[in-house]
Amino acid sequence: MARIIVITSGKGGVGKTTTAAAMAMGLAQRGHRTVVIDFDVGLRNLDLIMGCERRVVYDFVNVINGEANLNQALIRDKRCDSLYVLPASQTRDKDALTQEGVGKVLEDLGKGHDYIVCDSPAGIEHGATMAMYFADDAVVVTNPEVSSVRDSDRMLGILASKSRRAEEGGEPIKEHLLLTRYSPARVERGEMLSVDDVQEILSLNLLGVIPESQAVLNASNAGIPVVLDNESTAGMAYNDMVSRYLGEDLPMRFLEEERKGIFSRIFGG
Amino acid sequence: MAVQTSSDTATHTSASPAFELKASSFTLPVIRLLALDMDAVEAQLAPKVEQAPGFFRNTPVVIELGALSQEAGTVAFPQLVGLLRGLGMIPVGVRGGSAPQNEAARAMELAILGDSTRAGRAAAEASVPDTRQGRRDADSSAEHGTETHAELSGSLLVDRPVRSGQRLYAAGGDLTVVGPVSSGAELMADGNIHVYGPLRGRVIAGLQGDLRSRIFCRDLQAELVSVAGHYRVSENIPTDLKGRSVQVFLDHQVLRIEPIA
Repeated sequence: MARIIVITSGKGGVGKTTTAAAMAMGLAQRGHRTVVIDFDVGLRNLDLIMGCERRVVYDFVNVINGEANLNQALIRDKRCDSLYVLPASQTRDKDALTQEGVGKVLEDLGKGHDYIVCDSPAGIEHGATMAMYFADDAVVVTNPEVSSVRDSDRMLGILASKSRRAEEGGEPIKEHLLLTRYSPARVERGEMLSVDDVQEILSLNLLGVIPESQAVLNASNAGIPVVLDNESTAGMAYNDMVSRYLGEDLPMRFLEEERKGIFSRIFGG
Repeated sequence: MAVQTSSDTATHTSASPAFELKASSFTLPVIRLLALDMDAVEAQLAPKVEQAPGFFRNTPVVIELGALSQEAGTVAFPQLVGLLRGLGMIPVGVRGGSAPQNEAARAMELAILGDSTRAGRAAAEASVPDTRQGRRDADSSAEHGTETHAELSGSLLVDRPVRSGQRLYAAGGDLTVVGPVSSGAELMADGNIHVYGPLRGRVIAGLQGDLRSRIFCRDLQAELVSVAGHYRVSENIPTDLKGRSVQVFLDHQVLRIEPIA
């Protein structure tokens, strides 16, 4: 059976889809058969981030409704053979996701894959609870500011009580924290919560810290998951995240402000 | 509401006042009847009570009849009251019934509660999912023996973080949390509450009015502390007590927060 990872946050715009794309691509690049599912029915974005928006024929809801089979809906990534994308439907709403239907799709996908990455929509309503219900692992994406931290905290409470594992009384979902859009300079000036501040409130296993980076936006616009950009700090940090998820013990990077040399100061490098 | 008889003005009465009349509100579980078949009610209710015996023991409950009013049948109150008592609950009243239903309820010495106006009912209904979710959170954590141990006394021990939006209630006992309690979380107990991680949420000890209940915590950052209805919000907690080990208790009807050395 595949391991099911939900990427969630409660709050919107914190980097869930970017993280889902990075996680899926990172796992696939390391040779694991991976599929990434967009649960944001009605507001789909994952196809854009993955750069496969022009190849969408059938979607997740079609499969749930039996209008297409999985092989018709899955899109194989052009850069990595072991990665597939299951896009969301843009024309339906989240009520189209039934617990039975989602469970069936995940079960079928589990037979041919090692990891299933679920990109959750924002909020704590139906779409989000469907994305997390069957999860084995949860990556809670949080920005270093108070409202995002509180929403993540709320999400962790829901993860602990409204998942299949909770209902069946099994081992709880393994929860990980990912801090995104981290800016050491702003932390230093006291404008942003530090890693320690967030850790103190959420007390959670820290999977990674992704620095704020222009490369993320550029990558999204180009439809190339930022994890493939090994020149950028965000790309490197995402690669560390995937390795840590797979059990490697790596130090956190990019927590200190980069000291600019005299030349880069003068020439604005 | 409160009728106060001050001993200064009432010098002609020799004895000190024997009682005070006060108004107070309580949150009670409501059993919303959807069918008239009492055997079915019993068959479905019994396993629920078994899951959380501490929650239902000696708990006053209200019987909601609103969903039945279209049906012509009569509610078998003697049987219903008997089965609720048999499961350990104390039926105290009915709500939302028709005139004949209320008459029958009165015959069983049940109080007729609440207004049946539209607004009242809508408000009551709107508040139901919230409390129900809270209950379920509490119940579901009670079900998992690995994290939570519902003891015979009704006490509850939780050894994982209590997150924003979660509510835990130890009915008839103490609540102990070995871990942090986040801002936006709510702890309630009929007895004492102990928190061993940072306490940032709301804590209500002595929910049913036990004046001897106390709150103990090792790092006070709470949004609200309350003992038997006497409360203080974060704003009114002296800053020099924040972040410290304290106990919160009632001393002659005054809520006191004192550091523990």
